[in-house]
Amino acid sequence: MASTVYNPNTKGWKEWLDHRLPVFTFMDHELNKYPTPKNLNYWWNFGSLAGITLVIMIMTGLFLAMHYTSSTTLAFNSVERIMRDVNGGWLIRYVHANGASMFFMVVYIHIFRGLYFGSYKPPREVLWALGVVIFLLMMATAFMGYVLPWGQMSFWGATVITNLFSAIPVIGDTIVTWLWGGFSVDNPTLTRFFALHFLMPFLIVGVVILHIVALHRFGSNNPLGIDIKEKKDTIPFHPYYTIKDMYGLGVFLCIWAAFVFYAPNYLGHPDNYTPANPMVTPAHIVPEWYFLPFYAILRAVDFNIPLGFYTIEAKLGGVIAMFGSILVLFALPWLDKHPVRSARFRPYYKWIYWTWIIAFVTLGQTGALLPDQPFYFIFFGHEVSFGIKTITVAQISTFWYFFVFLGVMPILSKIEPVKALPYSISNPVLTAKEGK
Amino acid sequence: MKKTIFSLVASALVFASVPVFAGGGAVLEPPQHPWSFEGVTGKFDKQQLQRGFQVYKEVCSTCHALSKIAFRNLSDLGYSEDELKALAGQYKVIDGPNDAGDMFERPARPSDIIPGPFANEKAARAANGGAYPLDLSLIAKARHDGSNYVRALLMGYENAPHDMKMPDGMYYNKYFAGHQIAMPSPFSDGAVDYQDNSPETVQQYATDVAAFLTWAAEPKLETRKALGLRVMTFLLSLTVLLYLYKRKVWKDVKGH
Ligand code: HEC
Ligand code: HEM
Repeated sequence: MASTVYNPNTKGWKEWLDHRLPVFTFMDHELNKYPTPKNLNYWWNFGSLAGITLVIMIMTGLFLAMHYTSSTTLAFNSVERIMRDVNGGWLIRYVHANGASMFFMVVYIHIFRGLYFGSYKPPREVLWALGVVIFLLMMATAFMGYVLPWGQMSFWGATVITNLFSAIPVIGDTIVTWLWGGFSVDNPTLTRFFALHFLMPFLIVGVVILHIVALHRFGSNNPLGIDIKEKKDTIPFHPYYTIKDMYGLGVFLCIWAAFVFYAPNYLGHPDNYTPANPMVTPAHIVPEWYFLPFYAILRAVDFNIPLGFYTIEAKLGGVIAMFGSILVLFALPWLDKHPVRSARFRPYYKWIYWTWIIAFVTLGQTGALLPDQPFYFIFFGHEVSFGIKTITVAQISTFWYFFVFLGVMPILSKIEPVKALPYSISNPVLTAKEGK
Repeated sequence: MKKTIFSLVASALVFASVPVFAGGGAVLEPPQHPWSFEGVTGKFDKQQLQRGFQVYKEVCSTCHALSKIAFRNLSDLGYSEDELKALAGQYKVIDGPNDAGDMFERPARPSDIIPGPFANEKAARAANGGAYPLDLSLIAKARHDGSNYVRALLMGYENAPHDMKMPDGMYYNKYFAGHQIAMPSPFSDGAVDYQDNSPETVQQYATDVAAFLTWAAEPKLETRKALGLRVMTFLLSLTVLLYLYKRKVWKDVKGH
């Protein structure tokens, strides 16, 4: 915590530069002295983990791009060349491919942390919204990245997802043709997906910077969800949270490396080791695991919705539900107006939260099954099934996913008791009705 | 607390990725073979890979190509440079054009891809009653539990049940999805003459060629696991040190 005061008149090059471009003052302020609540638990590690994962993804991606060829005739083989002939190519590819899964795991936990501790509430609404933008960009990036190796799942996944836009009334088909650059997923599609997949991570970097600027405006929330009251409540970011983040990073890299070195294809689909073939449809087209909950919401709407003046076709309904399931997150700060942030001090929301998490995980499992088969899941090695059709389970879960946001949260804002909150982070005596 | 967090992360990952099979027509799980290349320190058995290559060369290569493998790659199996030159010399490849503008045939070199049996997919289908004997380079990764699956498939030929009518040119195989495969049982006991004392049985051939095809699909497996051991040791020690250092730094922070 060496507190440094920069004197422009001293000779060192750092001072010289800092006087003209205050990079060191900035870093000192934002990374070193930045006062942070002292009670952050390990759930607060996932933001920095996401940032580091993003950097690793960009670095490995850059080296992959040096050897990859985005033409339908060469793409699959160029990836195999990376795996077989490029020095360390197999390592770079496996780090990048598994990195996508790690990134989503981390960001899901990061989002769920925010949901539990009320990090989306005032004054952090914009911070939260920027997070949702990052999430959307990540999904687009991962989707296009998965198309690049041009295996069977790449091709058919791309076909299914781009086809969704054809559900848009009147202009749908035109949009799809425009997206494809032709009349099917083909060479122009692959080439533009490569260009966009290269670009989008840098857009994410931009939004992450805004995300951090917004974060540093009011500082981190904390597990108690109360504002910082006294100086004793905070500690400087460095060394306390730098070392804690480093420790978390160590654990995280162990998990990531375990996948890369010992189960590099576990999270992938075997069909993607068969070159894309537009003439042969795979028996079962499934997206990567991190898209499964949203894929399930898409398929849950298997009925037309008559509005009287207009009937929403099932396909369009599914698309609306899928995009809506993410867009609704933007509205969260206004749907949940309960004055208490942390679920720890919300007797009802505490439980509702977990029912929502269960609905989300259940959606993930239904996304992996066929709609008509009986729903089941594996619990500690045992297959659990209730003989209910998968589509029904998906529909119930989809309902609950939305109802928690659109129904339960507004109601809880009105009826959930406001319990006594701790006086401050360093003085956890409960005081009545502190509000925020 | 930390423990629960990270076991949660891990179990969430496992849960979210439970491989799921399409319903309809029970898929028979292949029997699990104790492969030498399994586990954290797994290594290929070079003797076995050589036998597997022999089976591929003498049996499978009449129908299946192996287009990702060049002769030089076979040095992983323990062949010397001279052996590989001699081996490549047995094959002919088309090269060119030469200075006169003509394509010409020449003996293969170690840097050449092992030539496949057919000029293209159409020719392959024509020779196999319309079915396509796919390229085997990646088969061990292109099927769920690939090594065991390939082994089981080659041992899975049986007489069709009485109530099942087999179309012409189709064979009953209990491990193939749908049970009707266009590939005839490729070998019987004694079909391949091994140089070592390994049993010359269908089971042994199937095991050896499956091991060989696993190497073909993932030639960097040994390098990967060996490097993995070093990286994991490093990361785990680093993490322990970071944890201890974290505890030291945080020792005097009260009420966090
Ligand atoms: C007489 C030609 C022929 C020979 C010899 C042959 N195969 Fe095949 N193989 C085929 C054909 C044809 C198919 C496609 C079967 C189908 O789609 O029904 C096939 C398919 C396969 C498959 C894919 C099964 C699947 O899951 O799709 C594997 C694996 C395979 N062969 C392995 C081998 C191995 C290993 C050998 C050598 C021991 C071998 N084959 C020898 C013709 C042959
Ligand atoms: C590339 C992806 C992302 C990166 C690199 C990133 C980075 C960070 C970092 C470094 C922090 C501070 C540390 C922490 O509190 O964990 C943070 C906080 C936060 N992030 Fe993100 N984030 C990402 C995605 C998201 C997403 C998708 C959301 C929500 C939809 C989100 C919402 C938040 C919120 C609400 C906070 C403040 C948390 C609090 O103080 O309690 N972030 N982010």
